[in-house]
Parts: sequence; structure tokens; C-alpha cells
Amino acid sequence: MNKKLWAAMFVLGLLALLAGCSKKENTNEEQTTSPSSEMKPSATATPIDPATAASVSGTVTFGGAAPKAAKIDMSQDAACKGNNVAETIVANDGKLANVFVYVKDGLGDRTFDVPKDSVTIDQKGCRYHPHVLGVMTGQNIEIRNDDETTHNIHPTPKDNREWNESQPPKAAAIEKNFAREEIMLPVKCNQHPWMKMYVNVVKTPFYAVTGEDGKYEIKGLPPGDYTLAFVQEKLGEQTQKITLAAKDSKTVDQGFKP
Amino acid sequence: MPAVGRASCPPTAGGNAHRTAAGTAALHKPQEPLLQPIAISYNRAHHRFAIFVAVVTFFLIIAGALVTSNDAGLSVPDWPTSFGSLYKIPHLVGGVKFEHTHRMIAQFVGFLSIILAVWTWRADPRRWMKYLGLTALSLVIAQGILGGITVLFYLPPAVSSAHAALAQTFFCVVVLIALFTGQNWVEEIPLVEIDRERPSLFALVLFSIVVLYVQLILGAMFRHHGLSWWPHVLNAATVAIVLTWTCVRALSRYSGLDGVRRPAITLLSLLIAQLCLGFVAFLTRVAWGHDAVQPELPMVVSTVAHVAVGALLLATTVVLAAQVWLRIPVVEERIPSRERKQVAA
Repeated sequence: MNKKLWAAMFVLGLLALLAGCSKKENTNEEQTTSPSSEMKPSATATPIDPATAASVSGTVTFGGAAPKAAKIDMSQDAACKGNNVAETIVANDGKLANVFVYVKDGLGDRTFDVPKDSVTIDQKGCRYHPHVLGVMTGQNIEIRNDDETTHNIHPTPKDNREWNESQPPKAAAIEKNFAREEIMLPVKCNQHPWMKMYVNVVKTPFYAVTGEDGKYEIKGLPPGDYTLAFVQEKLGEQTQKITLAAKDSKTVDQGFKP
Repeated sequence: MPAVGRASCPPTAGGNAHRTAAGTAALHKPQEPLLQPIAISYNRAHHRFAIFVAVVTFFLIIAGALVTSNDAGLSVPDWPTSFGSLYKIPHLVGGVKFEHTHRMIAQFVGFLSIILAVWTWRADPRRWMKYLGLTALSLVIAQGILGGITVLFYLPPAVSSAHAALAQTFFCVVVLIALFTGQNWVEEIPLVEIDRERPSLFALVLFSIVVLYVQLILGAMFRHHGLSWWPHVLNAATVAIVLTWTCVRALSRYSGLDGVRRPAITLLSLLIAQLCLGFVAFLTRVAWGHDAVQPELPMVVSTVAHVAVGALLLATTVVLAAQVWLRIPVVEERIPSRERKQVAA
């Protein structure tokens, strides 16, 4: 085979590679099973007796003086107006918001249906709403852009597939899901580098995110021994062992320190 | 003391073997085809165009550094198109402003490189210069492909670092083209001094290029999250020692040679500036800026300046290497015995 033919094959191969990479990626990582938003038992899900279901709730606190929130400079895009305070640590009167609380261990081999309902990430005021999101593996996430500027949504996972798509103003919502469990999966916008949020992907429906009052509640747990994890983007993870009897309604508070 | 004399014989076929200097042809036998003199005259337009390409390339490096420092590498998610178009200019706000501007300057440099390669091929009689022009063109094409791959694969550290390193390699090649097409290089019969010291100055300059290149890769890997900061900081000490040694040798022994003294002084000045900038960049990015919610101006300014001065430092070292190769031949290895007498003082 002569040199010219080799060179032509190399160039064609390179173009094919680039064309393949440029193709729009499939929106969904994997097909979801027929989900149920009400967690009704199905052929694949492990049933939970509602008569014995327990719940756990509590307040997450932040000890010490809350650090002063950093100011965000949004001046590089005139379309970005709104709250310009960073959400790295949001603590009001010692109550810590945006903590992801989930049952880390104790559910054994139980399986759960994927909720039919989508969860929403809204880009508004060049911020992500919410800042911390919980979602089940395979659950649909609807991403909207309510701003008058183009955003790009770029998750940077460790265990899931990375993607990066732009979304102009008034564009149709982008729908995605994540196939594997991953806690504090960062999502960012490379056009507006202050825009960051975290998606927490778990296999069970037993999770919650603390509100501004630091409170959370997880319902419908079967009786058992569990490890409850509290994860904050900057302060890391803390865990507690808990035991829930049938119909228990336990209060489990957790404190973080700077 | 080094031997000093006017070079009646070019030290290299790649250096001034092409000159029309009267004595050159007489000193070489016909069986030495590489040292055959080639008629060449200074082409001002070609030389100035090469300088222009080098200057635009320097701005391209700054534009690329701005992309990285502003974390804007993926603000335009597609390639080779930008938001689906090859020619439409998107709304230049946020990260797009940096990324798309970088792409536009890169396209311009690619276009200039084609002209430079074709012009050099047609106008420069030196065969090795023709290949140098083609090398520049090949590098800029490879650089464009690397830039595309790094976007399509979400900035893998190895690819992004290769993109950063190749950028400065291309810059050095274009600077060399500008140097080799310059009037001094083409027409001057250089003042030559013989180097009998070990390690030779030329070896020192080559070693400087190696440590600088390693430093460039370490710095790029750190900037692109492929490596911690400490290898780059540790190697900075090696760079400082080797470059200082090289400059001190050049200035203490060969200060009479303008072609060596000027780049050596420039190199030393840039080294000092670069060490200061590196310290400031470390403070603004590693010490103070690791928790920043967005790229802050002091970090952006200091890191971009650090990249820019780094590029100048590498290019100056490459220029010094070329000048030392031309003007300070290593006596045992490169000067035939019959010619030593002619150049000895």
C-alpha cells in the first residue's frame, strides 16, 4: 500500500473519529423501567408494609459563627441579575441548609421503583435552583433555562457519564438521568463559572435535602438498623447509626463544625 | 580565554552555510554538499511577516491562557463548530467570550501559518527552512486537532496539557523562522568564539530548554488538574539554577557577542519576572484562591501573565540556543582541525 493511500486512510479515520465525537449524545444514559411516583410495589421492587413504615426527621446545625458568604461578580453577563451570594455554606441562626441526608446503609438488597415524576433543575438569575438535588438512579431530570442568556449544563461526575450541552434562552427543557449512584455530583456552567450545584444520585427513595431551617424528613422506611449519612458540599460527610422499630418516628439531629 | 575570530567558515549547514560570504565557498570542498553556499538575500517582507505571525501567536497563547484561567474551556460545547455554526459569531458573554475569541485567533494563526509555509517554501532557497515552514504548519494543524479533542472529551488533563505544550512549541518554531529570516542571520558574517569549557555553553542551553519544557508540562498538568502544584514548584528551583548558570556563563564568557549577550540578558530578566509571577500565581490560585466561587481577577491576571512570560522564556532560550550554535562552536566536536587555525585569534 503506497504512502498516499495510508495518508488518505489516516485523514479519513481522523475525520470519522471527530464526526463520531461531535454527534449529539443520547439524552438518556439508560432506559428507565416503568416507574411509580408513589412507590407502589411492582414485580421488581421489594414491597414495604405501609402499616409498619417508620420515619426519621431532624435538624442539621452548624456550630460556630457562619462564614461570611462570598459575593459573586455577575458583571460579565448583563443578563445575569439576582442573588449574588455564594451558597457554599448556607447557615441561618445555626441551621444548615443544602445538606443531603440519605440512608447510606441498612436496606440490604431491597430494590425500589424509579419515580415516574421528573425532578427539575431551573436556571434562573444565573443560579441553579435547587442548589442541592436528590434523585434516584434512572429518574428523569428536567433542566430548564428561565434566563435571557445561554447556559451550558456540564456535570462532572466520577462514576457516571460526563456530558456538556448548551441551552439558549427559551429553549426546550433538556431531559437527562444518571445511571449510577453518586453523592455530590458537581454540575456547573462554563459560561458563568459561579454557577454550581450538586446532584445526589441514590438507588433508594430514602433521602432528603435540608431546607433553610435545617430540617429534613425521610418517610416510609421499613423497620431496621440503618446508617444515616449527612453530606455537605464543603464540610463533607457525617454518619449516624439508627434503629427504627415499626411505625417509629425518630428525631435524629446532626451538627457540623467549621 | 575563548578563542575569538571572524567566522570564515559557517559552523553549521543549518546556520550560515547558505551565506554568500566570500570566504565560505573557498573553505569547502565540493564533496560537502550540505555546506554548499546557497545564494540568499534578505527578504524584508518575509521576515516581517514571520515576526507578525510570532506576535499573533503570542496573543493566541494569552487568549488560550485566559480560557483556562477563566474555566471557560467548555463554554462552547461543540467543535469544530461553535454552537452548530462554522462562521457565525455567538453572543460573546461569559466564558464564550474567552473560548470563541481564542478559536477565532487560532483560525487566524492557522491561516497565517499556511501563508508563512507557502511563502517560505517559495521564497527561501534553504531547504531546511522550507521544512521548518512546513513544520510550523503541521504543528498548528496538530494543535487545532488537539484543541478540538480536548473540547469533545471534556478537557482530559493529558490532552489539555499537550495542547498547552504544543502551543509554545509552535511559538518557538515561528520565532525561529523569524530569527532565521532576519537580516543579521542572513547577511552577517558572525563573530565566532570557540568554546572549550565543559559542559559547553551549547550543552547548557540545550539543558535549559529541556528543564523549561519539563516545567511547561508540569505547569500545564497542574493548571489542567492532572497533577498537584508541588512538582511544578519544585522544578522551578531546577529551572532557576540551570538558567542562571547558563546566563552567567554566556554573559561572563561571551558578552562580546551581541547575538549571545542580548538573549542572555533577556533570558535572565524574564527568569526573574517569571519567578515573581509564579510566586504571585501560587498565592492567588493555591493559597488564597482554592475556595473561590469563581475565577478572580488577581488569579486570572497573574496566571495568564505567568503563562505568557513562560512562553517568552522558552522562546528566548531557543533563540539563545540558535545563536550559541552559530557563534560559539564547540571546538573538539564541530570544528575540523584544519579550520581551527583559521578562526583562532
